[in-house]
Amino acid sequence: MSNEAHEKAEISRRDFLGLASLGAAVISSLTVLTGVLRMFKPNVRYEESTKFKIGKAEDFPEGTVKKLDERGLFIFSKDDGLYAISAVCTHLGCIVNQTDWGFQCPCHGSRYNEHGKVIAGPAPRNLDWHEISKTVDGILEVDTAKSVPAGTKFKLYA
Amino acid sequence: MSELKQSGIDSFKHNIKSAFKSFASSFLRSGKPTSDRSRAAAVFNNFFLHVQGVKTHINTLRPAYTLGLGLISFFLLIITIISGVLLMVYYSPSIEHAYNSVKDINFVVFAGRLIRNMHKWAGEGMIIFVLLHMARVFYTSSYKNGRQFNWVIGLALLILTFGINLSGYMLPWDQLSYWALVIVANIIQSPKELTDSLGITGFFDIGGFSKELFLGGLTAGKESLTRVYLLHIMLLPIFLFIFLGVHFWRIRKDGGLTKPDVFEPKAIDAALIALPEKKGGIFPANKTYGLMELAHGKTPVVDRDVENTVLSWPNLLIAEAALFVLCLAGVIVYSFFIDAPLKELANPMIPENPAKAPWYFLGLQELLSYSAFMGGVGLPGLALLGLGLIPYLDREEQHLGIWFSNKQGKRVAIESLIASALVIIGLLAFVINFGWFRSWWPNVPQLLITLINPGNIWVGFMILWSVYVIKKTGSTRMGAIALFTMFLISYLIYTYVGTELRGPNWDFFWSRSEWPIH
Repeated sequence: MSNEAHEKAEISRRDFLGLASLGAAVISSLTVLTGVLRMFKPNVRYEESTKFKIGKAEDFPEGTVKKLDERGLFIFSKDDGLYAISAVCTHLGCIVNQTDWGFQCPCHGSRYNEHGKVIAGPAPRNLDWHEISKTVDGILEVDTAKSVPAGTKFKLYA
Repeated sequence: MSELKQSGIDSFKHNIKSAFKSFASSFLRSGKPTSDRSRAAAVFNNFFLHVQGVKTHINTLRPAYTLGLGLISFFLLIITIISGVLLMVYYSPSIEHAYNSVKDINFVVFAGRLIRNMHKWAGEGMIIFVLLHMARVFYTSSYKNGRQFNWVIGLALLILTFGINLSGYMLPWDQLSYWALVIVANIIQSPKELTDSLGITGFFDIGGFSKELFLGGLTAGKESLTRVYLLHIMLLPIFLFIFLGVHFWRIRKDGGLTKPDVFEPKAIDAALIALPEKKGGIFPANKTYGLMELAHGKTPVVDRDVENTVLSWPNLLIAEAALFVLCLAGVIVYSFFIDAPLKELANPMIPENPAKAPWYFLGLQELLSYSAFMGGVGLPGLALLGLGLIPYLDREEQHLGIWFSNKQGKRVAIESLIASALVIIGLLAFVINFGWFRSWWPNVPQLLITLINPGNIWVGFMILWSVYVIKKTGSTRMGAIALFTMFLISYLIYTYVGTELRGPNWDFFWSRSEWPIH
């Protein structure tokens, strides 16, 4: 029994070299393939920065909603502070419209309430809330790459 | 010496005089197709024709058997290639110029609009005819008897047809293009819906990774257009040609199209067949079938060759040429009267309302409105897997080459049609009237909707019904007929609902005239 196992473990020089070269060929091909795939991921993205200035706090009077069309963003100004809700539907990326009761997506009918919470339709997630921060020069800034929990507000006079 | 020179010049003169003739005979090596031998040679000596057999079975020539659907798809492809190359003369694939160059093609370039229309309609026509061809192949059991893998290649061709159409309408960079690009990119990203539910997106974001590769960035922009253009004019066509070559080659190697095991020629066949004068057939006269060829009188074998075949030249080629002319005429007439749509310039700020894909994707769009992952990736993937498995799960070899196999097949098809239509319409009516989980319990976990939604329920019904049919009839072929019929019906109904009954915000409307005005 042990003799048999010993014989099985043995491998001829020819087989070993054959398998080794086959393995080397497979590994090098996969490496090349990975490199080719990596080529498709650009090193530089010619896109607008996700971080941008939206103006001074005074530009957003209390009780107003401003839609920043180019950024796909709603800036709400309430008595307890400012907050930014993304206008990009979490279903398939269309731009939602504001309605009396919240937001409505025109593409596949997702509905969100006034806080961006999904109330109907196929959207898998609530609308993103983005952080509003104040830069050193006193101008407000938003980074759409970063989401914050719903309800996070920028307190004007805190 | 001078005599030799003289004869050299003479033969040179002779060569000049007969230059055209000798060129022609080098071109058509077998000479004019006046005998059966040269007619056969005309096919097998010709690079373009030799993929077809020298002889064609009469069954293949019957229009009611094939309906010419595969050929029409191929001819439409040829029209799109020629018109596509012509469009490339003026089209400019950059987001600054794409829209204006398409407008130029439409309004300034000589015959530009006709060429663009032909490209568009021939391409969309391919979708219809490839699907119909698939249905013909399915209902005549032509995916069996060695043809299993060719059915799978046919499926690949169907996917490529959809892919080329999809990448094509992204190129003009109008509103349709831009929002289609955004939506497709997000469908590619939609596995995120699943990874999010499982909480593994942090270290395994396959959706986000694929989206970035497709777009060449995080948002739809100039890199994306370059990539889509590359897909449309290079990558997808290359794959299409390779698969098409294999598709045709395998048909030839499988002995041509399928035919019934027991084939009886009918009197009506004679009308389809041009019989050339018999001058020394290609089969030696000492063979029995050679003698039969020569026999005259009212016997079933009169004027027919071996095993009910006739020479491809001229019988098959004339039919093909006629079909091509018909196709071309059809596309030109349609394109002359009906313009391919071109919407406003892409506006990343405002999607159209409703933002609808072209009609052939609106069935999918309906499924997308239940769940992005299931509608865009899960269910189409499952449907393709199911279609691809059909020849491997149904291996009965009876009734080849007969529409619907037999009476039972027809009944199963009709029953499945009625059952599936009732179930789909019922599901749609339910969703339209009562909504789904999210409308009842806003806090329901997304995973539950991904797993249980009207689209999944429908696919589950298809599988159960097919298994039930197999159990009832004891035949896997009948199960396959049920499954395929339901697939076709659901494509049809969902597409109809998406096209005609869905309006702004993807709400339900009985007709377009009820859409709110704003």
